[in-house]
Amino acid sequence: MRTVRVVITLKPGVLDAPGQAIRQGLRALGFAVDEVRAGKYLELALPHGAGDVEEMCARFLANPLIETWRIEEGERQMATAGGTAE
Amino acid sequence: MIWGVVTFPGSNCDRDCVHVLRHVLAQDVREVWHEERSLSGLDAVVLPGGFSYGDYLRAGAIAATAPVMDAVRTAAGRGVPVLGICNGFQILTEAGLLPGTLLRNRHLRFICRDVSVRVESARTPFTQRLDNGAVLRMPIAHAEGRYTASPDVLRLLESKRQVVFRYCDPDGQVLPAANPNGAARAIAGVCNRAGNVVGLMPHPERSAEGPLGSTDGRQIFESVLLAIAGVR
Repeated sequence: MRTVRVVITLKPGVLDAPGQAIRQGLRALGFAVDEVRAGKYLELALPHGAGDVEEMCARFLANPLIETWRIEEGERQMATAGGTAE
Repeated sequence: MIWGVVTFPGSNCDRDCVHVLRHVLAQDVREVWHEERSLSGLDAVVLPGGFSYGDYLRAGAIAATAPVMDAVRTAAGRGVPVLGICNGFQILTEAGLLPGTLLRNRHLRFICRDVSVRVESARTPFTQRLDNGAVLRMPIAHAEGRYTASPDVLRLLESKRQVVFRYCDPDGQVLPAANPNGAARAIAGVCNRAGNVVGLMPHPERSAEGPLGSTDGRQIFESVLLAIAGVR
């Protein structure tokens, strides 16, 4: 199994209202922060040799009108794999 | 004529739309489940508001992949009037049937209140009974209603008269204070190039009967009756 991580954020220039609210919260706590961009984090488990993640992002996972994405390949365990819930 | 009202998992204005069409306007209505693959025989289609798939990923994104959307695309291509209300508007943009997209409201809050919108383009089947400049009072109820498109697309929408509704004050003035969610150019509704697919954030089905405070929304449905009558 191949694990792929996708990070989706709003494009630069698109008003990120949640990001601004988070920045305001950080500043209220006394942290110096210039900008926060909020986004989504996805982990995909794919069969080896399958899955065009770039196309998944362009067609569905992200909205290319307003979002950009970063795809990270890696061997890291899925966060949910195994299930450690009590 | 026969209307179709599509229900996705999480739609919650579908019954309201069916009620207005069936009981207020005495229309035939077929209730369409999102897994259906054909809309043949329908003269107009409504994608109602709600929270399809819990707004997961992006509002409307998952509903846009439902089997019924291929049929909606086919019907739209044939010129059938298609109306997306609120979440239905979001679904139409995600499906690529309408330009632009709807972002989180500028002030992040879910907004539920009456607004005024000005009719900007009476060339669609949903507005042809109305005059350009007419002001309608309808409620909005959304968290993701801030219409956005690239500057090029916005310019094109204006020049092709694809902006159908704009937020305004009760006198029809488009002012920053009358824009509830920060929408680009105060856009509350748009249509496709052909004009038969329309999406809007306000809820005409919630303003179609006197006891609800406004009957302005009824004119949007009634316009279609005129449009269809004109075609036949």
